Amino acid sequence: MGTVSIIIDGQQVEVEQEATLLEAASKLGIEIPTLCYHPDLTLHGSCRVCVVENEETGDLLASCVTPVTDGMKILTHTAKVRSARRINVELLLANHPNDCLGCDRNGTCELQDIAFDLGITEIRFAGEMKDYPVDDTGPALKKEPNKCILCGRCVRVCEEIQGVFALDFTDRGFQSVITTAFDHSHAEVNCANCGQCATVCPTGAITELRYREKVWQAIEDESKHVIVQTAPSIQSAIGEEFGLEPGTVATGKLAAALRRLGFDKVFSTDFAADLTIMEEGNEFIKKLKGDKELPHITSCCPGWVKFCEHNYHDLLDNLSTAKSPMSMFSSITKSYYAEKMGLDPEDIYTVAVMPCTAKKFEMEREELKENRVQSTDGVLTTRELARMIKEMGVDFVSLEEEEYDQMLGTSTGAATIFGATGGVTEAALRTVKEKITGEPLDRLDLGFEGINEETVKIGDRNIKVAIANGLANATEILEGVRAGKSEYDFIEIMACPMGCVGGGGQPLPTSTEIKCKRAEGLKSIDKSEAIRKSHENPEVKKLYNDYLGEPLSGYSHHLLHTDYQPRDRN
Amino acid sequence: MDCCTCNESDKSRQEYLAPLQTILDGYEGKEKDLIPILQESQEEYGYLAEEVLKEIASNLDLSFGQVYGVVTFYSQFHLEPRGENVIRICMGTACHVKGGDKILDKLKEELEIDDGETTDDLKFTLEAVACIGACGLAPVIMINDNTHGRLVPKDIPEILTQYE
Repeated sequence: MGTVSIIIDGQQVEVEQEATLLEAASKLGIEIPTLCYHPDLTLHGSCRVCVVENEETGDLLASCVTPVTDGMKILTHTAKVRSARRINVELLLANHPNDCLGCDRNGTCELQDIAFDLGITEIRFAGEMKDYPVDDTGPALKKEPNKCILCGRCVRVCEEIQGVFALDFTDRGFQSVITTAFDHSHAEVNCANCGQCATVCPTGAITELRYREKVWQAIEDESKHVIVQTAPSIQSAIGEEFGLEPGTVATGKLAAALRRLGFDKVFSTDFAADLTIMEEGNEFIKKLKGDKELPHITSCCPGWVKFCEHNYHDLLDNLSTAKSPMSMFSSITKSYYAEKMGLDPEDIYTVAVMPCTAKKFEMEREELKENRVQSTDGVLTTRELARMIKEMGVDFVSLEEEEYDQMLGTSTGAATIFGATGGVTEAALRTVKEKITGEPLDRLDLGFEGINEETVKIGDRNIKVAIANGLANATEILEGVRAGKSEYDFIEIMACPMGCVGGGGQPLPTSTEIKCKRAEGLKSIDKSEAIRKSHENPEVKKLYNDYLGEPLSGYSHHLLHTDYQPRDRN
Repeated sequence: MDCCTCNESDKSRQEYLAPLQTILDGYEGKEKDLIPILQESQEEYGYLAEEVLKEIASNLDLSFGQVYGVVTFYSQFHLEPRGENVIRICMGTACHVKGGDKILDKLKEELEIDDGETTDDLKFTLEAVACIGACGLAPVIMINDNTHGRLVPKDIPEILTQYE
């Protein structure tokens, strides 16, 4: 591949032939504002916010979609360019609700930032306002089409990264709106509830369905015993909301902050991740012995489970029947924990802090209800929890570190790495190998690629493992399984890019680099953890000894396993 | 997989979709066939119902959302049943000057529908269009392929009876 040389703002730069002007400018450290552009998605070129000037012709070019040509001379911040950018943004604002103060994205809105950076101080044009209803029927996401600027990032992430195709541009011209078929609510369509659309949306057009108010109510209700559990990936992400570097491990501050909010008990989903490994690991061992057909496919990601229910009915039997850590945890709070504490399960309100919007959907699944009652009462995303901490006036950064509460609070390194792609696999194989051979597993050190394949020797058997994150990547692996072309024994699938660290409920803005740092943060916890194997978690051992009996026994099966339902493809 | 558990409605659904199946059988099930399939289906059913679009999406291995996006993009496709007779009323400059809006009002009054709607008996659909290229006859309407020009509001009831 050849390179070309171009001049941007008087500086010469060599770039690859296929590069765009935006990439060339970025190589020189020149920042150009963008809205419809997203580094992980195909190019769109619709918003014209990234225009630059061709010095020779005076033409304005959308830098995100214009390829470089040799000898090109480009100016990125002339008066003409700045004025064009400003007018393009002013036109977007002309029919935008501009009700920033009440918007969930106030402070993280890219449109707001760009308007500020471009020096827009008044909204000169009063366009005809859009008047689409808000869809807050959930179960996970809220859609406000009036805030949409039609950049199409949500459409592209849903198609290109997730392969779901739930959203598309509909109608045309001024009537254009991004929506589902027949404007059906997300609950009625093939949406996986992964929330990637919400993470790429530059405005507040798609956000998580809020649960904060309900959780506050529960906390303030004296008759309720309110428990909180935090998913593994929260600890290395939440710090970003308070100005800490991405990947900063803030487990102790997180526990302290949750106590300040008034939760009666502060527990860790990591505990239940160990429990999941105990159940799922033993399930896999049984399958290896020929009990059921391989491959074994993980089921802790609710976005993936729903995607499978829509698109891979034939593989539902391969899914682990083990509930996700969140749901296992919640079931335990309303059985074992209630019994130990002498509480009526009806008085217990279990909140889960998740990196995920799909967990809001999982919480409501019929299959997970016990006597028609939900085991998880409320799901908050990382972002929502941060808002609550701010609302409570807690200075997160200066908090003294605290520990999780005992009984359901101890975790292992294995549980922590659930939060990044490949983590469940590594955690499971640590326990499986030791159970089968008595020998510990060497570190697998799986990368964060979209698709990862490994062969792990356990005894005299080579276990073939596949790991996918992003549902479009999952499709690639599953088509192979469906066609009978793959020989995998164990498949881990996470709906979001890089796993839960890239979840739909994680802090914004986000990028591949930030997700990597969050994942590295989790790995560092695993390395420093005294106990790194799920089967050595003392609280988990005690739970089996005192209450559940053996993994996969009648009682643990009743409490910790679930089933799935085929759904229409569309 | 069909999630409908009611056999009766499942049967009538299959009957309803049988002509669509014949249309689909004439194609290779490729994405490129979407628009001709939509056109033929609309020809067959008069409009594109939700279940028809769902079936087309499955057959072409497309998502429902994608098919819906295409259907709503083109004004030739209709998601609601259409009247036996389609009345297009010109709203172009000449017709406007000659009182086209009064003709539109009269049509709305007689048919008891708004622009873009269809009468309950599915006899008439009313559509205001930009120009039908018959300015010399302004104000003008077209009913199906017939042109009625130089109209005054009181002409409307009699014209409509010709189509009832």
